[in-house]
Amino acid sequence: MVTLRAPVAQSDRASDFESAGRPFESGRAHQKFIGLLPQFRGGCKKRSFLMRFNQFRLGVTLFLCLMALSCSSKNFTHSQALTIAGSTSVQPFAEKLAEIYMDINPKLIINVQGGGSTAGIKACREKVAQIGTSSRELHPNEGDLTKIIIAKDGIAVIVHPQNPVNDISIEQLRGIFSGKIRSWSRLGWVDKPIYFVNREEGSGTRDAFESLVMKKGEISDEALVQDSNGSVREIIANNPQAIGYISFGILNHQVKALAVNSVIPNLTTIKNNQYTLTRPFIFVLPSQPTPLASQFVDFVLSQEGQQILEKEGLVGFQ
Amino acid sequence: MKEKIIEKILTLLAFSAIGVLLLITVFIFKEGLPVILKAGIKDFLFSAKWAPTKGHFGILAMIISSLAVTFGSIVMGVPLALACAVTLAEFCPPRLLVFLKPTIELLAGIPSVVFGFLGVILLVPIIREYLGGPGLSLLAASIILAIMILPTITSISIDAIQAVPLLYKEGALAMGATHWQAIWLVILPAARSGVVTAIILGMARAIGETMAVIMVAGNALKIPSSLLDPVRTLTSTIALEMGYSAGDHRTALFAAGMILFIFIMALTILANLLMRKK
Repeated sequence: MVTLRAPVAQSDRASDFESAGRPFESGRAHQKFIGLLPQFRGGCKKRSFLMRFNQFRLGVTLFLCLMALSCSSKNFTHSQALTIAGSTSVQPFAEKLAEIYMDINPKLIINVQGGGSTAGIKACREKVAQIGTSSRELHPNEGDLTKIIIAKDGIAVIVHPQNPVNDISIEQLRGIFSGKIRSWSRLGWVDKPIYFVNREEGSGTRDAFESLVMKKGEISDEALVQDSNGSVREIIANNPQAIGYISFGILNHQVKALAVNSVIPNLTTIKNNQYTLTRPFIFVLPSQPTPLASQFVDFVLSQEGQQILEKEGLVGFQ
Repeated sequence: MKEKIIEKILTLLAFSAIGVLLLITVFIFKEGLPVILKAGIKDFLFSAKWAPTKGHFGILAMIISSLAVTFGSIVMGVPLALACAVTLAEFCPPRLLVFLKPTIELLAGIPSVVFGFLGVILLVPIIREYLGGPGLSLLAASIILAIMILPTITSISIDAIQAVPLLYKEGALAMGATHWQAIWLVILPAARSGVVTAIILGMARAIGETMAVIMVAGNALKIPSSLLDPVRTLTSTIALEMGYSAGDHRTALFAAGMILFIFIMALTILANLLMRKK
């Protein structure tokens, strides 16, 4: 474009303006163009033939390789695969269980996917996954599926480690999340606004929190909303005035868990029901589960499976 | 003969792209319309109560948030982008331009998650410390989006400015205008339709952006009353709740997507009309 326009622009311009640079540039570009064209034309046929031949050879080699691979892989395994999908709260624990189970059964491949409780239940019903996981109870219209409680999880109420508040009552918690208690001074700290972090509509953790804490009240729409346990924790870890709730298993040193009604959440208090904010983790199976799925569920419910879950911070279901 | 076949194949491909768009449109409307009709258009568009699992489908707060975030990003991003475009097209030596323009376009290639992450780590604490509020806010989202739409607006504006015939500039200079006067009074007005198109395309990107906004906007469902309030846009709602939604909740998200689709469609058509005017 530039090369074509340049000489024209040159002719009706004052002679000293840019006249030194452009002609040289355009001239070179022309030469290049003319020089390239015949070469390209001449080489075209030969090269394409060569390329085609090479492609053909490559294709045949690849095909043979694939054949060999598929044959040999058939000899190694019988491609047993199990897909588990659902709640993001259950996912890390399902992954751990799957990892250990695959060590015991090297022929088996287990895929663990997230997506959410509802997505997991849907995947199970549509046979996309053999096992669905959920951190909420099944709805009445999901009664065609079998539910198996694999563990109990606490819901920890968390604040920033610098926050001096250590204890909170259920009533105070309800007050905060309904937007009635707005200042930390009501909880015995400085007069600063409380930022409360909620989970998104439909989340299993939120479902459980609403039924355990809010009873019939609604969570105020002023709440900040995050879509996973991890991102709620991240917000709290960065904001001294924030409060939120996450799965007990996800708790770490970045945040501080509050005692609820003077009971500190730990494995013992969750197990003996002293700590009241708990909910079940559920595996969902179709009414006729595949043998692989049943075997895996048996493993999870066995003493070994339950021990793994306890080591990861959940409370086994007895 | 060969030419004809290739021509046919290309036509077919072109139509298949349009076909895909058509299918998406039909699907979104098919999924979204029933819930709007069920809830009533008035309750859907003009109610701010969103609790789809309990039968409330008002998306007013999200529409306002989406528009506010987009407007905020335009207010901050456009002057910056235009200044950038004028500098690069008019004042910058050509050799530097060859280096700088691709660099700005590279900015468009940075994944939005990265922008969001930077926002959470750097911007949000600064806003919380110095301006108050939770930090996750309308302001944070607008700033991040302003940076994200910068490359789009800048590069299209540069093209628009460079497309203004040199005669205009020379005429202005010959009349005794300074370089700046020539830019402000002649070149920019002449490039107006291209610049406006650039701004509209930037707006479309801002209103459709999801990941970065989710990370820095705080996602509260309230109609914002100040720049420091957290907001939830239409796109964030869809992305946040998609995983757990079922039944009417899911179709309500499609309905929100429908509204978003209509917004972006309108913006694109506007951009096309303005381009044709040129």
